[in-house]
Amino acid sequence: MAKRVGIVDVAMTPGEETKDNFLDQVFKVTKEVLDKAGISREDVGTVISASSDVFHSGQSCANAYYWDAGAAMLKNGSRQDGESLFAFIYAVMRILSGSYDTALVLGVCKGSENPENDMITHFYTDPFYQRPIGINETIAAALQKRQYMERYGITDEQCAKVVVKNLGNGLRNPYAHVKKRLSVDDVLSSEYVMSPLHKLECAPKSEGFIAMLLASEDKAKKLTDKPVWLKGYGSSLDSFYLGDRDLLKGELKNAAKQAYAQAGIENPAKTIDMAEICEPYAFQELLWCEDLGFCKQGGGGKLIDKGVTEMDGELPVNPSGGVLATNPYVSRGLYRLAECFLQIRGQAGERQLDKKVKTALAHGTHGFAGQCHAVAIIGV
Amino acid sequence: MEKKENYVIMDEVTIPYELAYGRTWTQFFDGFREEKILGSKCPKCGRVLVPMRSFCPRCFEEISQAVEVSQEGIIISWALTEYEYFGMPTKPPFIGALIKLDGSDTNFLHLIGGIDLSNPEQVRKTVKNGMRVKAVWNPEKKGHIMDIKYFEPVK
Repeated sequence: MAKRVGIVDVAMTPGEETKDNFLDQVFKVTKEVLDKAGISREDVGTVISASSDVFHSGQSCANAYYWDAGAAMLKNGSRQDGESLFAFIYAVMRILSGSYDTALVLGVCKGSENPENDMITHFYTDPFYQRPIGINETIAAALQKRQYMERYGITDEQCAKVVVKNLGNGLRNPYAHVKKRLSVDDVLSSEYVMSPLHKLECAPKSEGFIAMLLASEDKAKKLTDKPVWLKGYGSSLDSFYLGDRDLLKGELKNAAKQAYAQAGIENPAKTIDMAEICEPYAFQELLWCEDLGFCKQGGGGKLIDKGVTEMDGELPVNPSGGVLATNPYVSRGLYRLAECFLQIRGQAGERQLDKKVKTALAHGTHGFAGQCHAVAIIGV
Repeated sequence: MEKKENYVIMDEVTIPYELAYGRTWTQFFDGFREEKILGSKCPKCGRVLVPMRSFCPRCFEEISQAVEVSQEGIIISWALTEYEYFGMPTKPPFIGALIKLDGSDTNFLHLIGGIDLSNPEQVRKTVKNGMRVKAVWNPEKKGHIMDIKYFEPVK
């Protein structure tokens, strides 16, 4: 990239339910990140938020509701609906436009208050064709998992290992919502929700308010001794209709290709020190690892069998516990990026990886069975 | 402690909408009234898209040609839903599936039925990807996706 954009700092809430209200939590993380950076509300150039308010919060009119709490009052702001890693690049572009030195990115979701995510995502379908059939995100994922197992011989045990790893990693993360020491048997003996998906293979619904401050290169250097730079970004979107797609040949490969090209990465498995992948369903971590080029197509099962993606493996994936541990829906991509940022800075506390993290990959996805993907590479 | 001190309210929102099917989907669901499943054939790539579309998203060409596809096809993938949540239109247990109808280049999303769904273990042994299924129509037609009751295994 010709000009660099840096991440200055981040603040976020833990995933479990609180009785703090929506606005208080937006204020809390916004205030905290500004305090960390040592700037006032007036110093913020522009604010970009990500939220899915109508269905997820059932409160008021989207971003209009929380602009006061998100430091955007009396200034420039805009919102992205869907996935917060897309909001992140929107904020980056506003800085690259030269009009703003700083941009605040918000991801807001209070999952504890909405009904089951399956009910919410049921309304993400169209009303003419898919909705009356009763389809939702979990059913779409179940269709995808069955094909994945059949085409590449991926086993239930390999999928369950992702849950064991991620919920185990969550034990070291104060921001994680669900954290447990589980066995593969525990996962596979949990009831089926939409078979072939067991309950423990599906992410919970979590709270997640996050504020990340970005700045232009010069400004970032002034605001922090440890800026982390955006090295590459890519996104790609597939057809809305499940039946129009090969669910195992999604657009993540294309998104990753763009990000790797910008970051000058030729061998991702070697260059990337750690990755945070958006895996609302356990098997998706394996599939997305393949699409990201961490192993060959169909090799996701072997990758987890060999321990490559464990905390002490060659390429740790989801040291935070991932989305299986904490699923604040639209905020989840930004939570992935925050974990990468903290690992690079050496500020990940008990879950700090026992290796030098210089280059990290954050992934976000929304839409059924990975319709839309975004990949961000950050580093020092 | 703090949890008990802060009040919560229970809220439920019901909002009616009037949503237009448009020309192409009206034609598609008119086909249902005659127990026909129609697809749209792209003039450029020649793919037959089901349900009908007014344009090909890949070629970005308008489509005007409707073709009838078979009421039979194979299961590409299926999922058995075993739990119920608020607002669910289809009561569990039910099977959602992607079905490749003969003569179509896309997969059609619908339900699999006509089999005993009361024993999930048995269902998991019976239903297979690649299985041939055919449409079963509701006697009463409303010009709606559920005019097809489900797809049942071809005996």
